[in-house]
Amino acid sequence: MSSAAKKIEAIPGTTIFDGAQSQKGYQLNKMCYSFNDAECREEFLADEDAYCEKFALTAEQRDAIKARNVLQLIEAGGNIYYLAKFAGIFGLGVQDVGAQQTGMSVEDFKAMLVAAGDD
Amino acid sequence: MAQIVGGITTSHIPAIGGAISNGLQEEPYWKPFFDGYPPVHEWLDKIQPDVAVIIYNDHGLNFFLDKMPTFAIGAAAEYHNADEGWGLKPLSPFPGDPDLSWEIIESLVADEFDMTTCQEMKVDHGFAVPMSLLWGHKDKIPVRTVPIVINTVQYPLPTPARCYKLGKALGKAIEASSSDAKVVIVGTGGLSHQLDGERAGFINKKFDLMCMDKIVNDPEVLTRYSIHDIVRNAGAQGAELVLWLAMRGALSEKVSKVHSNYHIPISNTASGLLVLENAA
Repeated sequence: MSSAAKKIEAIPGTTIFDGAQSQKGYQLNKMCYSFNDAECREEFLADEDAYCEKFALTAEQRDAIKARNVLQLIEAGGNIYYLAKFAGIFGLGVQDVGAQQTGMSVEDFKAMLVAAGDD
Repeated sequence: MAQIVGGITTSHIPAIGGAISNGLQEEPYWKPFFDGYPPVHEWLDKIQPDVAVIIYNDHGLNFFLDKMPTFAIGAAAEYHNADEGWGLKPLSPFPGDPDLSWEIIESLVADEFDMTTCQEMKVDHGFAVPMSLLWGHKDKIPVRTVPIVINTVQYPLPTPARCYKLGKALGKAIEASSSDAKVVIVGTGGLSHQLDGERAGFINKKFDLMCMDKIVNDPEVLTRYSIHDIVRNAGAQGAELVLWLAMRGALSEKVSKVHSNYHIPISNTASGLLVLENAA
């Protein structure tokens, strides 16, 4: 599989959500897209394994869901917009998600954003 | 013949909707952001547009990866907001203008922009937050809307140059239409931000300020960037700059800047606000 995105210089810490990623993550993203619906969120919380089974997630995707690990979810083909709906189930916003991915505390992550205004 | 009166750029971050419903506008975190808007309201009260064309990206409410249009346009009498997964109360429906939508569709397709046409389209925060920021303080939304969606989710994304040209074709379509409406074009989203990956939290004030300057009188400079250049300079979701470029393309070559505001941060994002008035 070749794509133009891969032939150009990679941007560190950034996964381009291209055709390859979109194919890889299709079922995972489809599950997360279902979380727009409150009933689906409840169904997931009631029996997480059964819900993942219903969407035929790969072992890698199931592990990443189980670990609530955003970098692993992206590696498994997850797209941030759909993953945001998964994070929302646990009351986590984009700053919590940002802190987790950068290995910072949420307070430090927020402080980093504020400091970006001083440059 | 409809008249394009000007354009607005504004953030569409979901957290803004939360701040509005919780009345946090005067809190120290939010005040520098919301203080940018009263001059926009004054301008809108003076100009009194009849229609707002809202250019935004759907973040996984209406469109999924099963069918992902590069360019889509609403042609409905009404557009509904809905739960995006966070359990927030949906906003009241927004009025459409199907006659104008269809005239725009006819013209865009004739100009080789083969739009996906949507007679039902749920509108997410990308559309709803700007509507709240611009008209949410009114008892009733005083404009009809035409939503235009540009894919910024799944690559390949349309190039900045292509989005600018879409805007030009949109401007031509509106001005040639039989509608007698006054139309404002709203480019939403931006500026620099990145939600995903180890680079999450990336913001680039210098690049943003350059964009806010160039988009006024020299937008073609920005059309020479590739999407990859924009992502490198403005973060993964900084690609939303293409929404601003589509807005700018629809305006006249010369515009006057009525108002601007730039603030870091709202949520993970640098927020840029502009009001541009078309040359008379």
